[in-house]
Amino acid sequence: MANNNEIRYLNPPTVEVRKKKYCRFKKAGIKYVDYKDAEFLKKFLNEQGKILPRRITGTSLKFQRKVAQAVKRARSLALLPYVTDLLK
Amino acid sequence: MIKQYETVFIATPVLSDIQMKEAVAKYTKLITDNGGEIVYEEDWGLKQLAYPIQHKTSGFYYLIEFKADPQFVGTLETQYHRDERILRYLTVSLDKNAIAYAEHRRQTRAAKAAAAAAPQVEEAPKAEAEEADNE
Repeated sequence: MANNNEIRYLNPPTVEVRKKKYCRFKKAGIKYVDYKDAEFLKKFLNEQGKILPRRITGTSLKFQRKVAQAVKRARSLALLPYVTDLLK
Repeated sequence: MIKQYETVFIATPVLSDIQMKEAVAKYTKLITDNGGEIVYEEDWGLKQLAYPIQHKTSGFYYLIEFKADPQFVGTLETQYHRDERILRYLTVSLDKNAIAYAEHRRQTRAAKAAAAAAPQVEEAPKAEAEEADNE
Protein backbone atom coordinates (compact mmCIF):
# COMPACT_ATOMS: atom_id res chain seq x y z
CA MET A 1 0.00 0.00 0.00
CA ALA A 2 1.28 3.41 -0.92
CA ASN A 3 -0.18 5.29 1.99
CA ASN A 4 1.29 3.15 4.76
CA ASN A 5 4.13 5.51 5.54
CA GLU A 6 1.93 8.51 5.79
CA ILE A 7 0.61 9.43 9.21
CA ARG A 8 -3.03 10.25 9.04
CA TYR A 9 -4.88 12.24 11.66
CA LEU A 10 -8.55 12.09 12.36
CA ASN A 11 -8.51 15.75 13.31
CA PRO A 12 -6.16 18.12 11.56
CA PRO A 13 -3.20 18.74 13.87
CA THR A 14 -3.48 22.14 15.50
CA VAL A 15 -0.42 24.24 15.14
CA GLU A 16 -0.28 26.73 17.98
CA VAL A 17 -0.15 30.21 16.62
CA ARG A 18 0.42 32.48 19.57
CA LYS A 19 -1.17 35.87 19.30
CA LYS A 20 1.41 38.56 19.70
CA LYS A 21 0.96 40.58 22.87
CA TYR A 22 0.75 44.30 22.58
CA CYS A 23 0.77 47.30 24.82
CA ARG A 24 -2.79 48.48 25.10
CA PHE A 25 -1.71 52.01 25.96
CA LYS A 26 0.43 52.40 22.87
CA LYS A 27 -2.24 50.84 20.70
CA ALA A 28 -5.04 53.02 22.03
CA GLY A 29 -2.89 56.14 22.33
CA ILE A 30 -3.49 56.58 26.06
CA LYS A 31 -0.92 58.88 27.59
CA TYR A 32 -1.99 59.16 31.19
CA VAL A 33 -3.00 56.35 33.53
CA ASP A 34 -5.68 57.59 35.87
CA TYR A 35 -5.56 56.41 39.49
CA LYS A 36 -9.20 57.41 39.98
CA ASP A 37 -10.51 54.82 37.53
CA ALA A 38 -10.39 51.71 39.72
CA GLU A 39 -12.39 49.58 37.27
CA PHE A 40 -9.81 50.13 34.57
CA LEU A 41 -6.87 49.42 36.87
CA LYS A 42 -8.45 46.09 37.87
CA LYS A 43 -7.45 44.77 34.45
CA PHE A 44 -3.85 44.86 35.65
CA LEU A 45 -4.42 43.04 38.92
CA ASN A 46 -4.80 39.39 39.75
CA GLU A 47 -7.47 38.01 42.04
CA GLN A 48 -5.50 38.84 45.14
CA GLY A 49 -5.11 42.44 44.06
CA LYS A 50 -1.46 42.07 43.07
CA ILE A 51 -0.11 43.88 40.03
CA LEU A 52 0.29 41.51 37.07
CA PRO A 53 3.71 41.29 35.45
CA ARG A 54 4.43 42.67 32.02
CA ARG A 55 4.97 39.23 30.58
CA ILE A 56 1.28 38.50 31.11
CA THR A 57 -0.35 41.80 30.25
CA GLY A 58 2.06 42.77 27.46
CA THR A 59 2.26 46.36 28.67
CA SER A 60 5.37 48.28 27.64
CA LEU A 61 7.87 49.19 30.35
CA LYS A 62 7.03 52.88 30.18
CA PHE A 63 3.37 52.25 30.90
CA GLN A 64 3.94 49.41 33.34
CA ARG A 65 5.65 51.96 35.58
CA LYS A 66 2.72 54.32 35.21
CA VAL A 67 0.22 51.55 35.90
CA ALA A 68 2.15 50.57 39.03
CA GLN A 69 2.18 54.18 40.20
CA ALA A 70 -1.55 54.57 39.56
CA VAL A 71 -2.42 51.31 41.32
CA LYS A 72 -0.43 52.35 44.38
CA ARG A 73 -2.16 55.73 44.48
CA ALA A 74 -5.55 54.08 44.15
CA ARG A 75 -4.68 51.71 46.99
CA SER A 76 -3.76 54.53 49.34
CA LEU A 77 -7.10 56.20 48.61
CA ALA A 78 -8.94 52.94 49.38
CA LEU A 79 -10.21 52.72 45.80
CA LEU A 80 -8.39 49.40 45.47
CA PRO A 81 -7.54 46.94 48.25
CA TYR A 82 -3.98 46.18 49.28
CA VAL A 83 -4.75 42.53 49.93
CA THR A 84 -7.90 40.63 49.14
CA ASP A 85 -9.36 37.40 47.85
CA LEU A 86 -11.58 37.08 44.84
CA LEU A 87 -11.23 40.53 43.39
CA LYS A 88 -13.50 40.79 40.32
CA MET B 1 6.15 79.32 39.73
CA ILE B 2 2.63 77.97 39.40
CA LYS B 3 1.90 74.29 38.93
CA GLN B 4 -1.33 72.43 38.55
CA TYR B 5 -2.31 69.94 41.23
CA GLU B 6 -5.12 67.59 42.00
CA THR B 7 -6.09 66.66 45.51
CA VAL B 8 -8.53 64.04 46.76
CA PHE B 9 -9.53 63.71 50.37
CA ILE B 10 -11.75 61.28 52.22
CA ALA B 11 -13.84 62.71 55.04
CA THR B 12 -15.45 60.64 57.79
CA PRO B 13 -18.93 59.32 57.01
CA VAL B 14 -20.30 60.67 60.32
CA LEU B 15 -20.37 64.23 58.95
CA SER B 16 -23.70 65.73 57.96
CA ASP B 17 -24.15 67.42 54.59
CA ILE B 18 -23.62 70.84 56.12
CA GLN B 19 -20.46 69.78 57.95
CA MET B 20 -19.14 68.29 54.72
CA LYS B 21 -19.82 71.55 52.89
CA GLU B 22 -17.99 73.40 55.65
CA ALA B 23 -14.98 71.15 55.28
CA VAL B 24 -14.95 71.65 51.52
CA ALA B 25 -15.34 75.41 51.93
CA LYS B 26 -12.43 75.44 54.37
CA TYR B 27 -10.04 73.85 51.88
CA THR B 28 -11.24 75.79 48.85
CA LYS B 29 -10.79 78.96 50.89
CA LEU B 30 -7.35 77.85 51.99
CA ILE B 31 -6.35 77.38 48.37
CA THR B 32 -7.70 80.70 47.14
CA ASP B 33 -6.34 82.60 50.17
CA ASN B 34 -2.84 81.38 49.45
CA GLY B 35 -2.83 82.66 45.91
CA GLY B 36 -4.13 79.47 44.35
CA GLU B 37 -6.79 79.15 41.72
CA ILE B 38 -9.45 76.44 41.71
CA VAL B 39 -9.83 74.83 38.33
CA TYR B 40 -12.39 72.16 39.05
CA GLU B 41 -14.24 70.52 41.93
CA GLU B 42 -15.98 67.20 42.03
CA ASP B 43 -18.03 65.55 44.75
CA TRP B 44 -17.92 61.76 44.59
CA GLY B 45 -20.31 61.44 47.52
CA LEU B 46 -20.33 58.63 50.03
CA LYS B 47 -18.32 55.67 48.77
CA GLN B 48 -17.42 52.30 50.20
CA LEU B 49 -13.75 52.02 51.11
CA ALA B 50 -11.81 49.04 49.78
CA TYR B 51 -10.54 48.41 53.31
CA PRO B 52 -11.42 49.93 56.70
CA ILE B 53 -9.63 53.14 57.75
CA GLN B 54 -9.97 54.11 61.42
CA HIS B 55 -12.69 51.43 61.76
CA LYS B 56 -14.78 53.11 59.09
CA THR B 57 -15.95 51.32 55.99
CA SER B 58 -17.15 54.30 53.96
CA GLY B 59 -16.25 57.94 53.43
CA PHE B 60 -17.04 61.12 51.55
CA TYR B 61 -14.67 61.61 48.63
CA TYR B 62 -13.98 65.05 47.28
CA LEU B 63 -11.71 66.06 44.42
CA ILE B 64 -10.25 69.54 43.88
CA GLU B 65 -8.10 70.54 40.95
CA PHE B 66 -6.15 73.72 41.52
CA LYS B 67 -3.22 75.82 40.41
CA ALA B 68 -0.83 76.95 43.10
CA ASP B 69 2.75 77.49 44.11
CA PRO B 70 4.58 74.22 44.94
CA GLN B 71 5.31 75.48 48.44
CA PHE B 72 1.61 75.68 49.17
CA VAL B 73 1.17 71.89 48.93
CA GLY B 74 3.01 71.44 52.21
CA THR B 75 0.68 73.81 54.06
CA LEU B 76 -2.37 72.14 52.53
CA GLU B 77 -1.19 68.72 53.63
CA THR B 78 -0.43 69.84 57.19
CA GLN B 79 -3.95 71.21 57.36
CA TYR B 80 -5.30 67.87 56.19
CA HIS B 81 -3.14 66.08 58.70
CA ARG B 82 -4.37 68.16 61.62
CA ASP B 83 -8.00 67.82 60.63
CA GLU B 84 -9.73 64.96 62.42
CA ARG B 85 -12.51 64.86 59.84
CA ILE B 86 -10.10 63.79 57.11
CA LEU B 87 -9.35 60.08 56.92
CA ARG B 88 -7.03 60.15 53.93
CA TYR B 89 -5.72 62.61 51.40
CA LEU B 90 -3.65 62.50 48.26
CA THR B 91 -2.20 65.41 46.32
CA VAL B 92 -0.55 64.85 42.96
CA SER B 93 0.96 67.29 40.53
CA LEU B 94 -0.36 67.09 36.99
CA ASP B 95 1.94 66.99 33.98
CA LYS B 96 0.80 68.04 30.52
CA ASN B 97 -0.70 64.64 29.67
CA ALA B 98 -2.54 64.56 32.96
CA ILE B 99 -3.95 68.04 32.39
CA ALA B 100 -5.17 67.00 28.95
CA TYR B 101 -6.71 63.88 30.44
CA ALA B 102 -8.37 65.86 33.24
CA GLU B 103 -9.84 68.28 30.72
CA HIS B 104 -11.19 65.44 28.59
CA ARG B 105 -12.64 63.72 31.66
CA ARG B 106 -14.33 66.94 32.74
CA GLN B 107 -15.93 67.40 29.34
CA THR B 108 -17.16 63.83 29.03
CA ARG B 109 -18.62 63.98 32.53
CA ALA B 110 -20.33 67.28 31.79
CA ALA B 111 -21.76 65.86 28.57
CA LYS B 112 -22.98 62.77 30.40
CA ALA B 113 -24.59 64.85 33.12
CA ALA B 114 -26.29 67.01 30.50
CA ALA B 115 -27.56 63.94 28.66
CA ALA B 116 -28.87 62.42 31.89
CA ALA B 117 -30.55 65.64 32.94
CA ALA B 118 -32.41 66.27 29.71
CA PRO B 119 -32.87 63.05 27.70
CA GLN B 120 -36.38 63.87 26.54
CA VAL B 121 -35.50 67.34 25.35
CA GLU B 122 -32.71 65.94 23.21
CA GLU B 123 -34.79 63.20 21.68
CA ALA B 124 -37.56 65.47 20.49
CA PRO B 125 -35.52 67.66 18.13
CA LYS B 126 -33.75 64.57 16.76
CA ALA B 127 -37.07 62.98 15.78
CA GLU B 128 -38.05 66.17 14.07
CA ALA B 129 -34.78 66.25 12.19
CA GLU B 130 -35.37 62.68 10.97
CA GLU B 131 -38.80 63.59 9.75
CA ALA B 132 -37.39 66.54 7.92
CA ASP B 133 -34.87 64.22 6.26
CA ASN B 134 -37.60 61.85 5.13
CA GLU B 135 -39.52 64.60 3.45
